[in-house]
Amino acid sequence: MKISQGTFSYLPPLTDDEIEAQIRYAIGHGWAVSLEYTDDPHPRNVYWNMWGLPHFDLADPAPFMADLRACREAAPNGYIRASAYDRTHGRQSLRLSFIVHRPADEPGFGLERQEGPDRRVRYGLRAYATDAPAGRRYRDGDAGGPEGPR
Amino acid sequence: MVAGVSFATFRSPGGMTLDDRTAPGDPGRSSSEITMPTWPDTDRTGDPSEPSDRWTAGVSPYARMGYYDPAYVPKETDLLAAFRITPQPGVDPVEAAAAVAGESSTATWTVVWTDRLSAHERYRAKAYSVEPVPGNPEQYLARIAYEIDLFEEGSIANLASSIIGNVFGFKALRALRLEDMRIPLAYVKTFPGPPHGIVTEREYLDKYGRPLLGATVKPKLGLSARNYGRVVFEALRGGLDFTKDDENINSQPFMRWRDRFLFAMEAVNRAQAETGEIKGHYLNVTAATMEEMYERADFARDLGSVIVMIDLTVGFTAMASMSRWARRNGVLLHLHRAGHSTFTRQKNHGVSFRVLAKWCRLLGVDHLHAGTVVGKLEGDPNTTRGFYDTLRESFVPANPAHGIYFDQDWGSMPAVMPVASGGIHAGQMHQLLDLFGEDVILQFGGGTIGHPMGIAAGATANRVAVEAMIKARNEGRDVLAEGPDILAAAARRCPELAAALEVWRDVSFTYESTDVPDLLPTPTFAFS
Repeated sequence: MKISQGTFSYLPPLTDDEIEAQIRYAIGHGWAVSLEYTDDPHPRNVYWNMWGLPHFDLADPAPFMADLRACREAAPNGYIRASAYDRTHGRQSLRLSFIVHRPADEPGFGLERQEGPDRRVRYGLRAYATDAPAGRRYRDGDAGGPEGPR
Repeated sequence: MVAGVSFATFRSPGGMTLDDRTAPGDPGRSSSEITMPTWPDTDRTGDPSEPSDRWTAGVSPYARMGYYDPAYVPKETDLLAAFRITPQPGVDPVEAAAAVAGESSTATWTVVWTDRLSAHERYRAKAYSVEPVPGNPEQYLARIAYEIDLFEEGSIANLASSIIGNVFGFKALRALRLEDMRIPLAYVKTFPGPPHGIVTEREYLDKYGRPLLGATVKPKLGLSARNYGRVVFEALRGGLDFTKDDENINSQPFMRWRDRFLFAMEAVNRAQAETGEIKGHYLNVTAATMEEMYERADFARDLGSVIVMIDLTVGFTAMASMSRWARRNGVLLHLHRAGHSTFTRQKNHGVSFRVLAKWCRLLGVDHLHAGTVVGKLEGDPNTTRGFYDTLRESFVPANPAHGIYFDQDWGSMPAVMPVASGGIHAGQMHQLLDLFGEDVILQFGGGTIGHPMGIAAGATANRVAVEAMIKARNEGRDVLAEGPDILAAAARRCPELAAALEVWRDVSFTYESTDVPDLLPTPTFAFS
């Protein structure tokens, strides 16, 4: 499977030129751009790891793109997303957030059901990747698992 | 320009005076025995516009009673209303405007001495401007100012009862329409506003930078709960963010609410597992009583639904109660404007949707249907733009071309997410993005479920179309001009989109709108 978080998950993976064009759009609006990475794709995992601090007042996407290359090199086994933040009063939130790097193989999620009374079911989502400890997931295109990468 | 003849004369030809009536509390006494006193003028307020016979018993023109005051300068705290008035033939428009001001504030049909026990000059509404409507000799636009103390804090029910409570049935008016309303910031601040608002909703759903996508389950009536959940699952796993109950799906014999909720939430959770993305289904909790609505909403919350839905038909107070429930429980609140066209659509009579939109933002909903322009339902592009601005902006300047009569300051009240629903499809994505921008929910019901390759394929087509269009726009392309090319290019890598573009290629709904701004010389069509 392919997780579909982010603004452009249903398109083919963006090339670096396409990523740069989106960053140019964001900094043209005065938005701060930043990179985050994770190996826990749960949709309620809000706080991915920050790759440095957000870039404020960028005149050109080049420093951001250099950061992206460094981040990919340092954290290839997982997801990286680019975000654009608008500090304008009334928004003060993200304006754009899209995945710029994903693992070769995404094992997806298990849906756990806990049956209760009156036909109620309590649902829980579990990413198969997170069966392995943090930092040991998605290695060599492998999903990992309780016993770690094969 | 003040009328010399009383408005009441037109309500009851021949005049309605005390002489024709029996004195209250004394049924045996003949009216001819009554003398008509002028109540002593000992507490004159110094208002130079007040005529000396202001307090003479009997029927007096509303304008003479102070409800027309062209010299009045509205205060910052006044609530202002713009009415489109169509008087009966022969009725003076100024008197008609004064009558509307009177009956929507302190007046009754005759002079009453008990007015003199109050600070009446403050409490009476003032028609401060009456102008002919351009291009329509029968109609006049009256602007009326209301003192803020006339309205209970935080109560749309009270506001509505005051402003639209009685006046729309006046015999002397052929038609009356409340066009717009300036809610003073001081009064805005007495309302809770949307339980979450656009920004919080996006953070809660983790979805940024593009319109959200939805679909209403079809057929709207008749599916069993199990089959209904199938549609929800397919649409969500294919790429939509939301699916939706229709306005009239509540708890019928073929599908009771509890069964629908259970199957729908199984579908939502399965789709989340398939995509790793937050999904929602608007569970319609509309019911006959508040008690039942709370019961259904509590159940939806317990099942983990991110959103519930209500219909406009439940009424302002029930909507406000559900708004408080939604904030208390952290559940988004979707409002379907079921029934609104009965009073919003005709330009000469009723209440404009922009007024209704303001009331809904004040009492607090997170989503509100606001028109599609290009779809199957009524919607002039300029007028619709005015609705979207009203829901989303924090300050909306007066703009006659969009039907906005007054500046409106919303303070920091969060924005309502507008919903475009009804007869739209992926092939219109460039037009929809150009019209509505990003902060909107595009609902493709038939445009998802009617896809020849299946429901999930229909959802994928819509999602690919919206992402491709956003990407192209951000890259600096002119989406309105290049839209069809952008879609065609995306479709080359997406057979689902290619099929959607083929099936609905020639579908459009081009009819003349009824609710258009006055300033436009000709009706506006979308993309003609």
